Amino acid sequence: MIHDLLSAADLDADSATLILDTAVEMAAMADRDIKKLPTLRGRTVVNLFYEDSTRTRISFEAAAKRLSADVINFSAKGSSVSKGESLKDTALTLQAMGADAVVVRHQASGAPHRLATWVDGRVINAGDGTHEHPTQALLDAYTLRSRLGGIAGRHVAIVGDVLHSRVARSNVLLLHTLGAKVTLVAPPTLVPVGVSEWNADVSYDFDAVLPSVDAVMMLRVQRERMGEAYFPSAREYSRRYGLDPVRVSRLPEHAIVMHPGPMIRGMEITPEVADSPRSTIVEQVANGVAVRMSVLYHLLGGFK
Amino acid sequence: MTTFRIRGARILGGDPTDLLVRDGVVAAVGADADAPGAESVDADGLVALPGLVDLHTHLREPGREDAETVLTGSRAAALGGYTAVCAMANTDPVADTAGVVEQVWRLGREAGLVDVQPIGAVTVGLGGERLAELGAMADSAASVRVFSDDGHCVFDPRLMRRALEYVKAFDGVIAQHAEEPRLTVGAQMHEGVVSARLGLTGWPAVAEESIIARDALLAGHVGARLHICHVSTRGSVDIIRWAKARGVRITAEVTPHHLLLTDTRAESFDPVFKVNPPLRTAEDVEALREALVEGIVDIVATDHAPHTTEDKECEWAYARPGMLGLETALSIVQDVALDRLGWDGIAERMSRTPARIAGLTDHGRDPAPGVPANLTLVDPAARRQVDPGSLASRSRNTPYAGMTLPGRIVATFLRGEATVLDGKVVK
Amino acid sequence: MGYPASSASAASPSTQGKTILETGDIGRIIDRIAHQILEKTSGARDVVLVGIATRGVPLARRLVERISTFESVDVPLGVLDITLYRDDLRLRGARSVGHTEVPPEGIDGRRVVLVDDVLFSGRTVRAALDALKDIGRPRAVQLAVLVDRGHRELPIRADYVGKNIPTALTESVKVLLTETDGRDAVVLQEETA
Ligand SMILES: [Zn+2]
Repeated sequence: MIHDLLSAADLDADSATLILDTAVEMAAMADRDIKKLPTLRGRTVVNLFYEDSTRTRISFEAAAKRLSADVINFSAKGSSVSKGESLKDTALTLQAMGADAVVVRHQASGAPHRLATWVDGRVINAGDGTHEHPTQALLDAYTLRSRLGGIAGRHVAIVGDVLHSRVARSNVLLLHTLGAKVTLVAPPTLVPVGVSEWNADVSYDFDAVLPSVDAVMMLRVQRERMGEAYFPSAREYSRRYGLDPVRVSRLPEHAIVMHPGPMIRGMEITPEVADSPRSTIVEQVANGVAVRMSVLYHLLGGFK
Repeated sequence: MTTFRIRGARILGGDPTDLLVRDGVVAAVGADADAPGAESVDADGLVALPGLVDLHTHLREPGREDAETVLTGSRAAALGGYTAVCAMANTDPVADTAGVVEQVWRLGREAGLVDVQPIGAVTVGLGGERLAELGAMADSAASVRVFSDDGHCVFDPRLMRRALEYVKAFDGVIAQHAEEPRLTVGAQMHEGVVSARLGLTGWPAVAEESIIARDALLAGHVGARLHICHVSTRGSVDIIRWAKARGVRITAEVTPHHLLLTDTRAESFDPVFKVNPPLRTAEDVEALREALVEGIVDIVATDHAPHTTEDKECEWAYARPGMLGLETALSIVQDVALDRLGWDGIAERMSRTPARIAGLTDHGRDPAPGVPANLTLVDPAARRQVDPGSLASRSRNTPYAGMTLPGRIVATFLRGEATVLDGKVVK
Repeated sequence: MGYPASSASAASPSTQGKTILETGDIGRIIDRIAHQILEKTSGARDVVLVGIATRGVPLARRLVERISTFESVDVPLGVLDITLYRDDLRLRGARSVGHTEVPPEGIDGRRVVLVDDVLFSGRTVRAALDALKDIGRPRAVQLAVLVDRGHRELPIRADYVGKNIPTALTESVKVLLTETDGRDAVVLQEETA
């Protein structure tokens, strides 16, 4: 198994499948009265969060605790991090504490890569800037697999602010590895220059893509992008790229609607779509714990 | 003053000959190059070049002496074969007055290892709003002729026009850091395939090219001299070629790192590869090498930019841009262009032309009887592995750590005094 | 990826070595254990058979079938994968996790008979007991094994033993079953690795 999970590109098809298969067993355990395994007893997992993300932190914390690991939360607020201690000094502290794994969320792209050069423990990227969010991609793959029965050969549209989305980057990599076809749908301003090298098609026309997809993954679009002239108004954005019941009606019967959350209801997705049976938004959260348990198990159980 | 007899040096790569260095000048070349009591320097197999001249050096003093001082930067320069460096104005305080440029110039004199020629800021505090007192700096003891807001672009077109016009009065030149700031907000690396993958905000080539095009037109319009700092893209080369063909008085520099490294280095997220303008693609590197050979890009300048460990051992986005360059520049040029330029072509691009642009009349002159003895001896056959810890610079941010590079400076002479002997700084 | 062949894989062990039990022997042993379970549990009332993955599972399935043939009792069958309960994660690394299946009736208040192929150090059984405890609260737990090869490292003994095979620590016991390996046999090998 790989030493760190920094990018979805670190996973080949076999290792990604192994993580997803194990997550199925982890998820089954969540239905039991005792939701705890002794597997990682005595191991220390540090959640190092430089960016507020309660949902991701709680998901990793629950995953580590269900495997009986000791969890230390190191958040940017109320610790030396906010007093301007450098990432390297923090890394050396974690190293001295004997952290077996560091789960890091950071607003700077590549911060987990830097961290991995300074600590011996496993580093898991829990979202870095506009770069990657590999465990989100794994849980999306898990959801797709359980809803669609498989991933290979399926067609997934990723819609929204691709340029600034770490979820999109990780999903494009992982879905390709697992044999899916991906189409990115966005206004041209929100598609990166250089996207031609990605294993994905690009479309500016959401309606044209709808009839052929098995899943639609809606990305969050931050309102401040308007100020940077990426698109003229929220209204125009949702008219061209938002998911509403009319667009949902043009999807194939079996197609599902995904969103990594937190979502802006009304702009990129209407409330009735978000809450419809096609939406996987709630189960994505539950799947997140199982997938992260599996990632922790495989990384920490790996050979020295 | 020591008299040196340099034995068997190949001037500009020519046949081995002897040089007599006495009283600050090359006293004789050839068979009669001998004098009683002269200290002998064995230059068997070494190439003698006019001392290199760097048009673009950041010495960090005053203000960031923890990263570099005039003394440590001078040591690095001498070890790199330089006898003159032009010190950029983005110090703290900014070199935007006669007082600051004279201070830097005096510090260079005191160090005594290279001639430190200050560059004056174009605008007050590099703010891009008001012209600094360019004439006062020109008239100062430092005799400033090159003006630059480097680190920042003089992006107001009216202000740029005025600056270009104004310095004509004392044959000055504006060295432009070409970067349209509205196109590089938050930019971290070259905008392209790699930035798309790494999720780092892109620095598009057009942000450089559009400013070069604008300034070439302005310089042509007012008949002024323009120098373009650190040209980094294929498109910039095309524009400069076009401007030169039109007769615009434009010169341009390329850095060693833009001649060697590409944006894929960012994949490590190690900010030692973060620089402004950013490392570009392999096609750009190839175009820059061609342009240097062709003469469209006139010179190699280091953009030597020391930074402390704290400013580099951090997240990519938080790191300061810049790389060390003085101690490795000639090796890299030898590596990528010696076969096409020859030593004479290298001397043209790293000594004669930069000296001419900067108005340094004692520098950039081939070793010959009567010429000021500013020269360097390089062993082209040597190979060395770059070890950041053994560099003379106070900082360690070399992007070449661990790389094996050709060539080694054996000795450097400034006005007849040895600054480097046996590959070591004399003081 | 550098993963070891998982314990759940169907890769058959090498069959070089001395054959201790043949197909017929194994069939007779299963019959005998089925009878013993019926006898010791008053007709297998409240009994749940739980096979420990991998080869304990087909053995448990055979016992369920034999018991049903002998006494027309339908004994519930469970499957236990103890990978996540092992205490040698640090030493042996992560393995792929097999499927655990609790019978619909659950195990609370039941008499659970754990079934495994070989009883050796006892660590697998300890892990299985830990796993059982997280699934429910059985009234009693018994252990049935095809082979007991000795060398216990924990105070664990089997209630039903097919055959005691004295072994040296340098030897290994391979159990082959038709369901996983294409044929039934128990082979004693000299450890080569
Ligand atoms: Zn610059």
